[in-house]
Amino acid sequence: MIELTNLTFGYTPKKTMFRNLNLSIQPGSIYGLLGKNGAGKSSLLRLMGGMLFPTAGAVQVAGFTPRKREPAFFQELYFIPEEIYLPSVSLNRYIDTMGPFYPKFNESQFRKYLSEFDVPPDQKLTAMSYGQKKKIIISFGLATNTRVLIMDEPTNGLDIPSKSQFRKIVSSSLTSDRLMLISTHQVRDLDNLIDGIVIIDENEILMNHSLTDIEERLMFSTLSAVTETDRVLYAEPSLRGYSVVMENVGQEDTKVDLERLFNAVVTNRSGIKTLFR
Amino acid sequence: MDFQDKKAIYLQIADYVCEKILLGQWPPGERIPSVRDLGVELEVNPNTVMRTYDFLQQKDIIYNKRGIGFFAADAATDRIKSYRKEQFLETELPQFFRTIYLLDLSLEEIEKRYKAFVEIEFNANKVE
Repeated sequence: MIELTNLTFGYTPKKTMFRNLNLSIQPGSIYGLLGKNGAGKSSLLRLMGGMLFPTAGAVQVAGFTPRKREPAFFQELYFIPEEIYLPSVSLNRYIDTMGPFYPKFNESQFRKYLSEFDVPPDQKLTAMSYGQKKKIIISFGLATNTRVLIMDEPTNGLDIPSKSQFRKIVSSSLTSDRLMLISTHQVRDLDNLIDGIVIIDENEILMNHSLTDIEERLMFSTLSAVTETDRVLYAEPSLRGYSVVMENVGQEDTKVDLERLFNAVVTNRSGIKTLFR
Repeated sequence: MDFQDKKAIYLQIADYVCEKILLGQWPPGERIPSVRDLGVELEVNPNTVMRTYDFLQQKDIIYNKRGIGFFAADAATDRIKSYRKEQFLETELPQFFRTIYLLDLSLEEIEKRYKAFVEIEFNANKVE
């Protein structure tokens, strides 16, 4: 549903950020986009949203070319940026103004999410705290029922109970024809919620796999010592020895530790590449 | 639900479902929560819950009535017990063996303690 083909992009002609990037992700899933600061996560999302234009190559989202900015495309895409803006109006006014842009927008669904998030319905939007505003945008975005929903660091600014509500609401609104792509540093916030992982590092896509695939190929374990023969791809010291990522030779289903997976992927590129070939 | 570190999430959810059935909260022959409802309750991706339900269907612990939903099988309790037994022998027992080996505990000592444990935990009421 989102296809990048030989995508090349740079903010200035001299400095290329992405060169010949390829990526294909499908509906029915919640993808986590992981990468270090400055890896280009937000730029990638903006290219998908038609806010930045590729220098070369193609971006296709839900069958549209984002840079053409066709109205029919924007009816099927909702983009929750990291920095949010809300106008100085009441909630009702916001619904009346913004709702009509999205043919599948469902007002009662929106109000249900807001009450689950504990957002008061009768305040002026600008009088609310950052966290409350963020919850309004998230609720609105989910209630537009667009086929593509992109969220850039959605859990930033949410308090602890709201993060749990966020997971419930996102889980409940996934359908088989909907694609959600969430970029985050807070991988623990999205633990058990995402079922596809895209890892971007040094302007390259190092991984694009389902959690099921990752579970099949990798094992997350603790070892008292790390020896050469253990097929260990990554190890970090921990209380009980070493927390490791290793080749899953015994077909054991262990829980994917997203932080450790990320570290393994960015530090042992060749080992991971070989295993996922 | 508290997720542990080690086991894959879909298996941890399988344990959760099995426990609900064993405790009689989700009785055999009755409908269990939908994939979507359980996903929301546990804050996990519905695809992961679907994987759990597929897995439990393969083990004949639950079954799908097309268009109605998932049900706990009539013989669910027995099947859960044999699934759990298999799991225990494969994963938990070796860990236990490893610990008693490392700590130099004799099997006689373990047996003595096991008998006392069963006496206190399970037979105390029967004495009268």
